[in-house]
Amino acid sequence: MKILRRLAPWILLAIALFILPAVLDDFRLNLFGRYFSLAITALAIDLIWGYTGLLSLGQGIFFALGGYAVAMNLMLNTKSEAGGNGIPKFFENYGVEQLPFFWQPFWSPAFTLIAMWVIPAIVAGLVGYLIFRNRIKGVYFSIITQAALMVFYHFFNGQQKLINGTNGLKTSTCELFGMLVGSPDMQLWLYRLTVVCLPIAFLICRYFTSGRFGDVLIAIRDDEQRLRFTGFNPVPFKTIVFLVAGALCGISGALYTVQSGIVSPQYMSISNSIEMVIWVAVGGRGTLVGPIIGATVVNYLRSLVSEALPEAWLFVQGALFIFVVVLMPDGIYGWFRNGGFRSLLAAFGIAPPARTYPQLDEEIGTLDEVS
Amino acid sequence: MTQPLLELNDVSVSFDGFYALTDLSIKLYKGELKSIIGPNGAGKTTFLDVITGKVRPTKGTVTFKGQSLVGLSEQRISREGIGRKFQTPRVFDNLTVLRNLELAASPYKNPFSLLANRLPTSAKDEVHRLMNYVGLAPHATAKAGSLSHGQKQWLAIAMLVAQSPEVLLLDEPVAGLTDEETVRTAELIKSLAGDHTVVVIEHDMEFIRDLDFDVTVLHQGQVLTEGSLDQVKADPRVIEVYLGKTED
Repeated sequence: MKILRRLAPWILLAIALFILPAVLDDFRLNLFGRYFSLAITALAIDLIWGYTGLLSLGQGIFFALGGYAVAMNLMLNTKSEAGGNGIPKFFENYGVEQLPFFWQPFWSPAFTLIAMWVIPAIVAGLVGYLIFRNRIKGVYFSIITQAALMVFYHFFNGQQKLINGTNGLKTSTCELFGMLVGSPDMQLWLYRLTVVCLPIAFLICRYFTSGRFGDVLIAIRDDEQRLRFTGFNPVPFKTIVFLVAGALCGISGALYTVQSGIVSPQYMSISNSIEMVIWVAVGGRGTLVGPIIGATVVNYLRSLVSEALPEAWLFVQGALFIFVVVLMPDGIYGWFRNGGFRSLLAAFGIAPPARTYPQLDEEIGTLDEVS
Repeated sequence: MTQPLLELNDVSVSFDGFYALTDLSIKLYKGELKSIIGPNGAGKTTFLDVITGKVRPTKGTVTFKGQSLVGLSEQRISREGIGRKFQTPRVFDNLTVLRNLELAASPYKNPFSLLANRLPTSAKDEVHRLMNYVGLAPHATAKAGSLSHGQKQWLAIAMLVAQSPEVLLLDEPVAGLTDEETVRTAELIKSLAGDHTVVVIEHDMEFIRDLDFDVTVLHQGQVLTEGSLDQVKADPRVIEVYLGKTED
């Protein structure tokens, strides 16, 4: 049993890397690549919500920033996308002659690789620091992050001349290493990249949540005021963890963008960020395995339901959320860990009997004799 | 006379016009042991809130070792050496007893040293000593949330001691404890006397008698009287505020 537990992550990784690509067609494999990249976002949300108790409804900001970073680089470095001035074609529609200044550094792939997580991290660190320093917490934190999300959404939506506004940036027709990003070969490589990135994100989250730093995060969730009286300043802890989560969301957004083929302000819609929270709630917050399960299961379900009954998904999602909140408050993984499978068997009367003390049985026997 | 360790001078606290403390002046000297009693609403807890930085005084000064505490954050004041136990036992429910104590005992409180994960051996030894002392060693790996009320009170006191503050402020340390636990808590607190300055706020008169500290009576945000428990009990003004004014 113990060996199985130790080997389980490796087995799962091997299945994801070798077996899934062999059995799934290109379309399905691409979908799984997207689920796994979304799982990184779920991990990030679990880090700040499940462990630290900060319910952020604005993770879409960082997700989209990562996506935009990678999309801008791909747009610039694709010859077929270039218009007259050597800048992406869409600029011509709005009569823009000069590449906006902030596009310039994105010519460089090295810069982009760093920017896609550093920019979200900086934004998260700044926003987080200002919120936490002013001791804003609980529901007010959620409201502010959602408001910040709306600000970013409307900004990106309205700036056609800067980043193509509501149309977003299309990456599937861009080129990378001489290959079309949307081509099956490229998608296979991107899938593999995602499968490698997910365990790394998992390890990063484990690094922050295990050990004494993680103890402080849980202490912040349990009783922040008490922690202050113990001599700890919660502000840097919360800022660091929010910043790390922002960076992870950036990576996740970048991976998602190249696999879905487009990044648009829609990534910053309010419902999108709330869905991210639902994945974590469904999977099981406060554990690191839960969010991965949640993101994968919910999104897989979404694909299946959307294919069969395109209109029904939102109802199914709502029902799923209510089901989990009412019947599985610890999520799928939490339910499983707390012996949920056993109680399910018990409900049908086929659970193995619980162990009791042998003496207890004997004593009952002697008692019978006495009476 | 030496300089007082902790001094409140003419401190007033008003919440929207209601004065919880009015011109309160109290001095604490190093090694002093003090019990504070008073009827409900006398300002006992506000008095601790002012010292620990939770509430900012409307007027007056609070100085610790000659340095003003007004306007400092709670964590700064805690690091300066003033520890507080709350009225209800506040512990971190989802951490184990051991982890609770290790957090409190940690000499480094910044994120980066916690990421590096080092806890000096001296702090570890102290944690184990305290755990044995309050009888929580068998529960070291149990989550603090699963402890009984009395065990939580002791864990909260042990965490406070682990912080090794110079001044310990204990707000109702025996609320909800059995008689036996109360006696043991009194022993624990008395054993801290000597190197620490201790202030205990309590309603339980038996416990105050057990402690045998100097007693200060607060009433309507002011010091009513000071002295030994027997002196205080004999004071007609104390009887009046506790039992109400008699007709003649």
